Amino acid sequence: MGGGLAGLRAAIAAVESNGEITVGLVSKLYPLRSHSVAAEGGTSAVLDPEDNFDLHSYDTIKGSDYLADQDAVEEFVKLVPEQIYTTDHWGCPWSRAEDGRISQRDFGGLSFPRAVFAADKTGFHVMQTLYSRCLMYDRIHFYNEYFATSISVDSNRFNAMTTINLRTGEYTIFQSKSLILAAGGGGRMYRFSTCAHSTTGDGDAIAYRAGIPLKDMEFVQFHPTGLVPSGILITEAARAEGGYLRNSEGKRFMEHYAPTKLEEAPRDIVSRAMMWEIEAGRGVRGGYGNIEYINLDLTHIADKLEERLPMITDIARKFNNIDAAEGPIPVRPATHYTMGGVSVGIGTETVVPGVFGAGENASISIHGANRLGSNSTNECLALGNVAGKKAAEFASSHGIPDLNHDKIREEEKRLWEDIMRRDGGENVAAIRSDLGHTMDVNVGVFKTGEKLESAIKTIYELKERYSRISIQDKSNVFNTELQWALEVGYMLDLAEIVAKGAFERKESRGAHYRKDFPKRDDDNFLKHTIATYTRDGPRLEYSPVRITKWQPAERVY
Amino acid sequence: MSGNEYEFTIKRKDDHGKVSYSDYSVPKDRISTVFEGLLYIKENLDQTLSMRYSCTMEICGSCAVEVNGKPKMACSTIASSLKTDKIRVEPIRHFDVIKDLVVDLDSFFDKYRKGLPYIIREDYGDYSSELLQTPEQFQKYEQYSMCIKCGLCMAACPIVGTDEDYLGPASLTAVLRYNLDSRDEGGKYRLEAIGTEEGTSRCHYAGECSEVCPKGVDPSSAIQKLRWQVFKHEISGLIRGRRK
Repeated sequence: MGGGLAGLRAAIAAVESNGEITVGLVSKLYPLRSHSVAAEGGTSAVLDPEDNFDLHSYDTIKGSDYLADQDAVEEFVKLVPEQIYTTDHWGCPWSRAEDGRISQRDFGGLSFPRAVFAADKTGFHVMQTLYSRCLMYDRIHFYNEYFATSISVDSNRFNAMTTINLRTGEYTIFQSKSLILAAGGGGRMYRFSTCAHSTTGDGDAIAYRAGIPLKDMEFVQFHPTGLVPSGILITEAARAEGGYLRNSEGKRFMEHYAPTKLEEAPRDIVSRAMMWEIEAGRGVRGGYGNIEYINLDLTHIADKLEERLPMITDIARKFNNIDAAEGPIPVRPATHYTMGGVSVGIGTETVVPGVFGAGENASISIHGANRLGSNSTNECLALGNVAGKKAAEFASSHGIPDLNHDKIREEEKRLWEDIMRRDGGENVAAIRSDLGHTMDVNVGVFKTGEKLESAIKTIYELKERYSRISIQDKSNVFNTELQWALEVGYMLDLAEIVAKGAFERKESRGAHYRKDFPKRDDDNFLKHTIATYTRDGPRLEYSPVRITKWQPAERVY
Repeated sequence: MSGNEYEFTIKRKDDHGKVSYSDYSVPKDRISTVFEGLLYIKENLDQTLSMRYSCTMEICGSCAVEVNGKPKMACSTIASSLKTDKIRVEPIRHFDVIKDLVVDLDSFFDKYRKGLPYIIREDYGDYSSELLQTPEQFQKYEQYSMCIKCGLCMAACPIVGTDEDYLGPASLTAVLRYNLDSRDEGGKYRLEAIGTEEGTSRCHYAGECSEVCPKGVDPSSAIQKLRWQVFKHEISGLIRGRRK
């Protein structure tokens, strides 16, 4: 499920590891429309002899505010270099030095410049590369624009995935020996977000409803530089290449928050610094209504824009009519990534044998409380590869279970006799908009118990309104209003888990910041949140963090 | 240009194939791009409208439509730049319409695949080190690697419109992109795959494709270069044939 970086990488791994395997790649989009194409700045890999795996692990673990599982991180960083070389052989145009070798650049929170990149279109080029590789195999069958509505688990095995073929409206059932969840994150439960409109957490919500637990969902990453007012991503590489953040007084301010790394501190720290500046009355106000923002100044690195930052330069020009060489770009922290996801082990396995998870859809956890920039596309490659191989291995020794017809009929009824026939007059888009607003305001960069209680109350109200929606579009073909309705249903479930997890976590760690509990509390909260579906909402439990050689320490940059 | 609203006219097609036009007024202060206009309409005025969109930053290729007669990405078309309050949005040409603004792109991706658009190498499976490629070597194909598969060039191409077998600008550009990559060893297979009736010989160099490309890929120049490659390949094939 899912045709982004993790899904495509997994598909290739499955067919290449076993000549008998066939893969059905089911996506609600054409695969190249997946939001992985929007990843910009880079992907970390230990390639330089001066760098080493321990350093990459340490950076990742410190970045995670010590919530990452250290054994998983150590395993992960070793898997990455081969993926860079593999995608090089498959045609990825990694940016190069004059001698033809792959270049690397600095990125937030790294102690060594280890981000491999393809200008500022890293995700785009890796996606083209993987998609092109998929085209070599007739054994990868693309099921484009099939919208997944549920998976069923029966006798602790994956039984079937139900979908709507958007093109015809037909209810279509997929069965397979194994399943890989690779449907991305749920950033669109917020309104101001760098995420595509399609990033609606389908894979998380579908797994959760089928009884597969989600891990650490309260950790939502806010990228410091979302373009105002659209939220379009302005890559972290802009700061790594030397860009400055300036407040309304025209002053750089990061020295007060991260004296050593300054603008190149990890995302959670930079986002908070920007919001503190805005709260202190030093936000910039300009031609964007009441939105207060911070200026990203690239004018002093104008000579680097064309080669190293061409896409964001183009974006500033096209969308904001700004020449980045001449003037600053208005930015503000925007929801970007969900560290949480389907709880998986190092081998990408979920609690259900034969069901695997990879990419943003999954949480091992490598990213803990805060993912470092340049650590997502590499995860998609490395763990997508693992998931593909494991799923192929599982498939080669198991059959397809008998279809559980009852569950299929139950889901069919939910879709067409419940959702489609609701008639309370509520507009799906209005519910989505209100959800985004409450998440932005109450579950944002700064949280408090009071705000979270208010968010939870609003989410309950929205769920009640959701029970009274009316879908105006009664057609079968490309009924995107029905699709919206199902996506909003997913996001309401996920938002509830995020807000409740955040409410119960009475500490501040990584991207999760509680003004009423501003310190990290290792005695009580050095643990993962595990959310399991019940009819009355998520049941929250906790599991220990695996620590190998880096004891939690104060996080200073 | 003086009013407070844009007047959108959208071409519709329903489940039964019935075509019609719908008109909507969209407040100017609520939208910046044509995509935002479409989203405003679907959210507030008419939930039955269907269109494709995703990233809204002109990199995923989803939202190709025709705006006031020209193929464009809805997400990166600033409404005020159209210099008129009347915005007419239609599905892109040369593809079957599924519903409203949603067209069937399967033919696009099928044609794309015909040119073997992937690196072909003999050292299959050995990925223990990097391949060298200088910035100069990269620049040979850089422009052609920026294609987002949106389909605008196919919609603009007059040959695609009259000749449904023609592979078209996007597919042929992909062939050149891989042929020019110093890491690739599969050029001859690609030239054979496209060296038929459906290939470069049909292009009239009208240049519409390059004009509409949102990413500056310039498929027209790619096809010219590719035609020369095809020509050289055919000549050398003839010479080899005679020697036999």
